[in-house]
Amino acid sequence: MSGILVVLEDREGRIGRISWEAVAAALQLSSFARQPVHAALLGADTSTVAAAVAAKAVDGVVRVEHPLLQSYTSDGYTHALEQLIRARQPDFVVFPHTYQVRDFTPALAARFGQSLIGDVTSIADGPLFTRQLMQGRLTGTYRHNGSGPCFVSVQSGAFRSDSVTTGTAPVESFTPSLEAAQIRTRPGAPFRAAAQTVDLGSAQLIVSVGRGIKEADNLPLVQDLAAALGAELAASRPICDNGWLPMERQVGSSGQTVAPKVYIAIGISGAIQHLVGMKASQCIVAINKDPDAPIFEVADYGIVGDLFEVVPALTAAIKAAKQ
Amino acid sequence: MKIVVAIKQVPERDAPVRIDAAGRWIEEADLQWALNESDAYALEEALQLKELHGGEVVVLSAGPERVGSTIREALAKGADRAIHIDCEDLGQRDALGVARLLATAIQPEDPDLVLTGLQSDDLGYGQTGVILAELLNLPHASLILHVEKSDTGITVKRELEEGWFQNIDLPLPAALTIQSGGAKLRYATLMGIKRAKTKEVRRIAAAELSAPPEAAVVLDRIALPQKQKITQVLSGSAQEAAAALVEKLKFEVHAL
Ligand SMILES: Cc1cc2nc3c(=O)[nH]c(=O)nc-3n(C[C@H](O)[C@H](O)[C@H](O)COP(=O)(O)OP(=O)(O)OC[C@H]3O[C@@H](n4cnc5c(N)ncnc54)[C@H](O)[C@@H]3O)c2cc1C
Repeated sequence: MSGILVVLEDREGRIGRISWEAVAAALQLSSFARQPVHAALLGADTSTVAAAVAAKAVDGVVRVEHPLLQSYTSDGYTHALEQLIRARQPDFVVFPHTYQVRDFTPALAARFGQSLIGDVTSIADGPLFTRQLMQGRLTGTYRHNGSGPCFVSVQSGAFRSDSVTTGTAPVESFTPSLEAAQIRTRPGAPFRAAAQTVDLGSAQLIVSVGRGIKEADNLPLVQDLAAALGAELAASRPICDNGWLPMERQVGSSGQTVAPKVYIAIGISGAIQHLVGMKASQCIVAINKDPDAPIFEVADYGIVGDLFEVVPALTAAIKAAKQ
Repeated sequence: MKIVVAIKQVPERDAPVRIDAAGRWIEEADLQWALNESDAYALEEALQLKELHGGEVVVLSAGPERVGSTIREALAKGADRAIHIDCEDLGQRDALGVARLLATAIQPEDPDLVLTGLQSDDLGYGQTGVILAELLNLPHASLILHVEKSDTGITVKRELEEGWFQNIDLPLPAALTIQSGGAKLRYATLMGIKRAKTKEVRRIAAAELSAPPEAAVVLDRIALPQKQKITQVLSGSAQEAAAALVEKLKFEVHAL
């Protein structure tokens, strides 16, 4: 048993950034584990993406192809990768932590008597894997115990995709044996919700509200601030889950990705699924009563305090400054 | 439809987190506990399916004595009965170890549907439901917002990234992990709370279900996160902090 296998996601003929980040993580792991890195791609025809990966500094590319892998199903991917892993016996299997990877890797790992170390943010010698706990309020360091492949998925944005240098890697093929009857689910085509009426993506100023606002009746507080600033109003997931604001105003991994000049996060804790949607903002302001809230890890300016006092004061100060 | 919903008790969201002396978990002594958020949505989905199609909703939870209060809450909201796996060493088990316990308890129930929340707010592994599907040999789908019965089984609405969705058809029996926001959560009524007291809670010792397994993945230590940015904290009264922020937005960020 040896080697590091990194499984990449083909997104409509392209390798997405998070998959390159998984390659970066695999290369970093190989610097500790001193083992070669092979990249695997799954699909009916992976020629285009395989060529893109073969031009990088990996030791090999495996095209795992079968007509039944045309579109993603948990059963198809789990069976195909189980066969590949049994054949190659890698020590480590690395994935990008996407929604698709969440959907099948826990089952795949269980097939080997393993547990996935999921959503990893850094890898140190040992190897030791760090991931978030308590919605980002703590971190935990994990290690793999005993024998058998170690399954790891890496968090979006945690590793640098631009650290993957160019190279020329040999490409090989692997044909899993799959039968239509093994695939028990029938996925439909992706669709979007009804037409979007707000474009948060192009907003320069965003006031974003989270669960700290407590009740829908308190929303005018942040609406007033947004109006005084001339900002768009956005929200974290629980606000939209409760139906207090429409889902099109949700920022984060399931919602919009924004990068305004200023993003003011009010009563938002800063869970990773929210941060991925706004951390590219030029200036981040956080207003939160908890000085240890993870949002302060990415904030340029912070006010530690009760939003019910700070927000009205801020609205008044902005109105005064604009006169 | 017979539905088993696996639920987890987690620390209350605003609970203070203090690292314990061994540096391996948080001080649990004076924590408040709550039902994990996405599990509440899984329970809601189950109750709504029962209202539409009849059947039974069984809640299942593993953990120490204190878990009983969360189980009662689920019964008060309308679950018919409960199974409590008495387990003092949940923290020593990895995701597979916990799922094995749950799967062994689910097996004899032979449900049409197994539901879990998509991830816990404390450990955040996001794996239990998917591993249960594997152990029980059920088809599954994750990140589900809505479940509808069809002629051949169920059609579910799955959340994808960046505001996209997808429908998936599955035969029954099946396992699903439920995402938050798909339905409006109900509160327990006074009547529900009263009724819950008479509902069956079967307790099974973890040792009866499986020997404590050798964990494949071990949590070595926990820590406070490292900051990525140096935050300028604006102090003073609300008015002073607000005035300072306006200065910064005007003269440093040039946004006003
Ligand atoms: C697959 C998946 C996808 C997800 N997608 C998204 C997504 O797209 N977008 C998203 O936002 N989340 C998403 N989430 C949810 C995410 O994990 C968090 O649960 C969510 O972002 C938390 O929202 P919040 O910060 O508003 O609430 P909380 O985490 O509850 O934080 C509330 C904050 O308010 C503060 N507060 C409370 N009262 C006050 C007060 N009076 N004054 C000041 N501060 C106060 C508290 O200190 C706390 O920090 C997703 C989760 C999963 C698993």
